[in-house]
Amino acid sequence: MDLEEAEEFKERCAQCAAVSWGLTDEGKYYCTSCHNVTERYQEVTNTDLIPNTQIKALNRGLKKKTILVKKGWDWYVCEGFQYILYQQAEALKNLGVGPELKNDVLHNFWKRYLQKSKQAYCKNPVYTTGRKPTVLEDNLSHSDWASEPELLSDVSCPPFLESGAESQSDIHTRKPFPVSKASQSETSVCSGSLDGVEYSQRKEKGIVKMTVPQTLAFCYLSLLWQREAITLSDLLRFVEEDHIPYINAFQHFPEQMKLYGRDRGIFGIESWPDYEDIYKKTIEVGTFLDLPRFPDITKDCYLHPNILCMKYLMEVNLPDEMHSLTCHVVKMTGMGEVDFLTFDPIAKMAKTVKYDVQAVAIIVVVLKLLFLLDDSFEWSLSNLAEKHNEKNKKDKPWFDFRKWYQIMKKAFDEKKQKWEEARAKYLWKSEKPLYYSFVDKPVAYKKREMVVNLQKQFSTLVESTATAGKKSPSSFQFNWTEEDTDRTCFHGHSLQGVLKEKGQSLLTKNSLYWLSTQKFCRCYCTHVTTYEESNYSLSYQFILNLFSFLLRIKTSLLHEEVSLVEKKLFEKKYSVKRKKSRSKKVRRH
Amino acid sequence: MSDFSEELKGPVTDDEEVETSVLSGAGMHFPWLQTYVETVAIGGKRRKDFAQTTSACLSFIQEALLKHQWQQAAEYMYSYFQTLEDSDSYKRQAAPEIIWKLGSEILFYHPKSNMESFSTFADRMKNIGVMNYLKISLQHALYLLHHGMLKDAKRNLSEAETWRHGENTSSREILINLIQAYKGLLQYYTWSEKKMELSKLDKDDYAYNAVAQDVFNHSWKTSANISALIKIPGVWDPFVKSYVEMLEFYGDRDGAQEVLTNYAYDEKFPSNPNAHIYLYNFLKRQKAPRSKLISVLKILYQIVPSHKLMLEFHTLLRKSEKEEHRKLGLEVLFGVLDFAGCTKNITAWKYLAKYLKNILMGNHLAWVQEEWNSRKNWWPGFHFSYFWAKSDWKEDTALACEKAFVAGLLLGKGCRYFRYILKQDHQVLGKKIKRMKRSVKKYSIVNPRL
Repeated sequence: MDLEEAEEFKERCAQCAAVSWGLTDEGKYYCTSCHNVTERYQEVTNTDLIPNTQIKALNRGLKKKTILVKKGWDWYVCEGFQYILYQQAEALKNLGVGPELKNDVLHNFWKRYLQKSKQAYCKNPVYTTGRKPTVLEDNLSHSDWASEPELLSDVSCPPFLESGAESQSDIHTRKPFPVSKASQSETSVCSGSLDGVEYSQRKEKGIVKMTVPQTLAFCYLSLLWQREAITLSDLLRFVEEDHIPYINAFQHFPEQMKLYGRDRGIFGIESWPDYEDIYKKTIEVGTFLDLPRFPDITKDCYLHPNILCMKYLMEVNLPDEMHSLTCHVVKMTGMGEVDFLTFDPIAKMAKTVKYDVQAVAIIVVVLKLLFLLDDSFEWSLSNLAEKHNEKNKKDKPWFDFRKWYQIMKKAFDEKKQKWEEARAKYLWKSEKPLYYSFVDKPVAYKKREMVVNLQKQFSTLVESTATAGKKSPSSFQFNWTEEDTDRTCFHGHSLQGVLKEKGQSLLTKNSLYWLSTQKFCRCYCTHVTTYEESNYSLSYQFILNLFSFLLRIKTSLLHEEVSLVEKKLFEKKYSVKRKKSRSKKVRRH
Repeated sequence: MSDFSEELKGPVTDDEEVETSVLSGAGMHFPWLQTYVETVAIGGKRRKDFAQTTSACLSFIQEALLKHQWQQAAEYMYSYFQTLEDSDSYKRQAAPEIIWKLGSEILFYHPKSNMESFSTFADRMKNIGVMNYLKISLQHALYLLHHGMLKDAKRNLSEAETWRHGENTSSREILINLIQAYKGLLQYYTWSEKKMELSKLDKDDYAYNAVAQDVFNHSWKTSANISALIKIPGVWDPFVKSYVEMLEFYGDRDGAQEVLTNYAYDEKFPSNPNAHIYLYNFLKRQKAPRSKLISVLKILYQIVPSHKLMLEFHTLLRKSEKEEHRKLGLEVLFGVLDFAGCTKNITAWKYLAKYLKNILMGNHLAWVQEEWNSRKNWWPGFHFSYFWAKSDWKEDTALACEKAFVAGLLLGKGCRYFRYILKQDHQVLGKKIKRMKRSVKKYSIVNPRL
């Protein structure tokens, strides 16, 4: 496109003497072979400066269009985020999430956000510098969402998340903010979006500013509202595995939405989302949107600890029988209660449960109850189980902790190694390079071209088998089946070896317990405890490492959660402040 | 190319940038401290995953190179190219050099790689920024040389030589000198080929004049190319050697001597034994006086006491009239035999045996004792054990005899080595051994004649 237009310029390049010209976005000629930018402007631009030259103006019609293409559309930062949300919602739909999530829930959350942050759907949007919103005045009545029942049934708003094609046309035709051409020339110097500069400087108290990680908070909120079978850690893992657009999400923007300058800071992302960060943002957004209490998390919901525990027990190849124990812990601690589990942003202390981390913590507590995990008792129990299994080959085998450890350790190490390798090979840079200014643009594009060429060259040195396509998304990372002989499946193993009968009830053979945290911080800091690895037994370390890898969280976070579960389970012990551990009765179910 | 890992630690250290790698004490390296320092540098913020994964990628490449897994290295390299687009400008600037070093290493060894792909890669890397053009050109030329493509290498160097872009810095000047010198070296190569040709031709041959003219032209160009480089402090052995050869060929002895003297004695140059060897060999060819030769070798003796020229040094010293030279002659011999690599050097032993006898006959027992005092603890085990006696005798009876004589002189006739050799009944050496026995009795330092 550029090259065709530049054909009429026939002079030799001052630097490399080639006659191969392209046009920069400013309409200057640059040499395509050495990237030398001349001071010569393309003629059309000249006619723009001197509008009375009539003869040249004849050419204008056609060329102006191409200039518009080069300049791109006028667009606002929030539209960029809207586009990312749209893509993410699409991706979630492809992962099997119901279409209501996109059309109703996320759509409404987003509208509510625009309204709350005074960007649209309100009488005085923040963009009042010489422009007035006109398009959506009529819809204002719909955006009064104070009354609860209408919240999610509101479908009369422009459905700009409805479908790809429509949404694209929405972005430039049904823009909530009419654009004045005059301001464009000023702002476009430092950003492709109209308000990029202003946006990055804006700091308003009480308003949650949109960022790229924030889009995931929106996604998670909608998933939570819909009670979908995707936990936060799953969501983030899908992001890392590129199933959900996040890094370089901007590269799928329509061609005419140009990004540069400040947009780079707003949309360019060089890190994967962090669990705790997104978790915090979710609460922040939920509170900011002033959302009502979320639908109840009941026993039949995926996010209920009983179901999640089952899922994670299967994932890490532990016996199904342990499930009754986790259920028991859930019951004793009251962690299965609807009020405890349901997210209520308008409650005094808005907090949501880290469902996945909590479920895993419960499993860790149960493992501690059964095997003590003091680097000695679990091994002696394993010896018993091994002997028993040798003698009774026909019976249901006893669960052998040592064997489980050996198999899991190997599987975990392999998985982790592969994960690390995949991360090291991750390609961060988009096909559309982001640059600061027009001066940088040819440099940025040249760099990109260079990288692509080098990659092309080196890809010939790599065997084709090595570059396998990306794996399909799954909520399971490990797969255990009875058929696989190398990797024993422990799902059907029995816990008989670690429990003993006493009258009507079953007791754990292990009569001791140690607490992961002895004392909790009294102050109101968020620190519950610190996790100093070397203070803990090796088996405990292994189990924490295994689970925190599955959830892609820090081990300290899981340790903290384990401590919190224990705090609930041994409430009395904590209140009496006695360190002595006790045996715990496990009633027969 | 071989020492790239060292350079990777501080990619831009030769410029004004601050070195970030944390080295404490003598070569100790703490990786955790490195990450800690990095977080401090960015104000406690979490390092971006981009930075984390690319540095992980770099270590995967290094590991693969170490294990000669070229295929894997290429795979990781594919991802590592993105550091060229790093938003951290310091890292972005360092990237081309790292990529060049790793990439050229991979392409050098990868079975699927060929000359063409190496050259494409080199050309691409040369043109990323202006910082690395010269360095890469030079290394590219060396690669071509390695593959015997002299003409291409020469063309490459010529291109690099005339390349002008950006500021002239001192480090660049050295590079240009180096490039010119390599070009000179290539010209020297053609020159010496021509010279060979010339030596085969008859003087009356009609081609002789043309070839001779050619030889002359070449030498002129070469000397201009090389002479600039060898004035800069550094180790320039092959350049100096060929330059001197050409100067000598055209009879410019003073010029050659000046170059060599400068190369050997200028204090700004790093200590370099070869510089002294070249000078010594040159002076020997010029039939320089003995004192001059001795003074050159004296310095070499201080740097490399085990050098094979030390035996020549000894003969020079032996012939000298000065007493201190003769004492030094003994010192030199002992010095040579201190080294494990010289234990079977029969000439050294022969010299020592003869010289010891001479000196003891000349009543310089103190000299011998002075040398022996520091060695009497370990030489018996090192040279004169029973084991050595047996194996030396088996391998080389002449050597065993010389050694036995020295052992006898230094340790007395009771020494095991000496006794073992005496016991061996050898018909040819019988007389010699007898003579030896007598001498030992007479001169051994263990039993001084009071």
